[in-house]
Amino acid sequence: MSEPVRLTAPLTREDLEPLNSGDTVLISGTIYTGRDAAHKRLIEAVRQGLELPFDPEGQIIYYVGPSPAPPGRVIGAAGPTTSYRMDPYAPALMAKGLRAMIGKGRRSDEVKKAMIEYGAVYLGAIGGAGALLGQAIKEVEIIAYEDLGPEAVRRLRVEDFPAVVVNDLKGRDLYMEGQKKYARGEKG
Amino acid sequence: MRDIPSDQITRTVKELFLKACFELGRDVLDAFHKGLEDEESPVGREVIGRLLENARLAGETRIPLCQDTGLGIVFVELGQDAHVVGGGLRTAIEEGVRQAYREGHLRKSVCHPLTRANTGDNTPAVIHIDVAPGDRVRITAVPKGGGSENMSRVFLLKPADGWEGIKARVLETVSEAGPNPCPPIIVGVAVGGSFELAALEAKKTLLRPLGSPNPDPEAAPLEKELFEAVNDLGVGPMGLGGRVTALGLHLKIMPCHIASLPLAVNIQCHSARHEEAVL
Repeated sequence: MSEPVRLTAPLTREDLEPLNSGDTVLISGTIYTGRDAAHKRLIEAVRQGLELPFDPEGQIIYYVGPSPAPPGRVIGAAGPTTSYRMDPYAPALMAKGLRAMIGKGRRSDEVKKAMIEYGAVYLGAIGGAGALLGQAIKEVEIIAYEDLGPEAVRRLRVEDFPAVVVNDLKGRDLYMEGQKKYARGEKG
Repeated sequence: MRDIPSDQITRTVKELFLKACFELGRDVLDAFHKGLEDEESPVGREVIGRLLENARLAGETRIPLCQDTGLGIVFVELGQDAHVVGGGLRTAIEEGVRQAYREGHLRKSVCHPLTRANTGDNTPAVIHIDVAPGDRVRITAVPKGGGSENMSRVFLLKPADGWEGIKARVLETVSEAGPNPCPPIIVGVAVGGSFELAALEAKKTLLRPLGSPNPDPEAAPLEKELFEAVNDLGVGPMGLGGRVTALGLHLKIMPCHIASLPLAVNIQCHSARHEEAVL
């Protein structure tokens, strides 16, 4: 595997330009969580022209609903959830300046198009490695929608959070390329 | 008749869910090690290595293997000579789920289907009760994640579709699921039965230990053929490309109606958590 690229959030478009599909990245800085129910509310707020709980400009959203923090810890397990469920909402947030999404699984063509149009990337984290990924999260604060429990929007401070670039600014897709490379026979 | 106190059932259900969420089964760990040998993709091997590290960490720190600690699915084989006393069987199971998710700091992932309001204690559980000979109660706890369940399918094929049709639908299901259900996956396939029985039996096949032989001599070679075909898809660990798309594929074949050919494909993520106890 190639040497990891270090990213510090929030990000600029210039930070994303050197990234290539397949690069491993280590993310440090401030990122935000959001999954199904939070996205629904965020987009409702965008539509109504209301202020969002955080300004998406330059930010990373991590699709995660962590397990509760046991005593003495800031968070429980915190691996990615499947991203396609956020596809209907993601372009509107990219239009507001969102620079990156962390999740797992394929994105729709509309989301891929929006990433190129607005300048955003999609990063894959290892699904099911929740105990391991939780270790990279150093501080947690619920900033909105506390009633949603695991789905509340949290501000996280992360250190060397590991991910891989799935969709870069050039329109490449690691999932498609990876599967094609290893498929055998006509079923691939 | 043999009496089994309901609070013993509650305690057992609680312990099974806690163990399942923190400790990955030996068969899954062994399958990871085998996957490290079989996987040709360096990225794929890296992913499997991280999953082994995750399992070690979860066991040591008592942080769940995965934040999705699942819908609480419980299989009960109730001996016909066993008598649950002191409370209802279902109530006792629900209480065990409630206690496990609260005391173990497991994520509460159950909500109203339309309002999406969280029930707050991970109940109701999904409970399947079957009657068996004897005076024992076998309880199996399966915290099942939503991501892999979402990629599962039921097909009502035409009899003319036959084995080739079944194979094509299984491969299509796994290929379309791709990276979404957290591969390397375990694929539970049930052929025959009825609409609901196929789905239930597909799920039950996931409980068979990885690497164990299929008890049905008719299904065994077909299972092997399907498993190899699935691993030729190239999906690989985390869908990033590779040889090890599935750690196992388990096939159940059952009689069905002369007009029907039901097929269910239940996908299980690599965090294949299930624990059982016999009371």
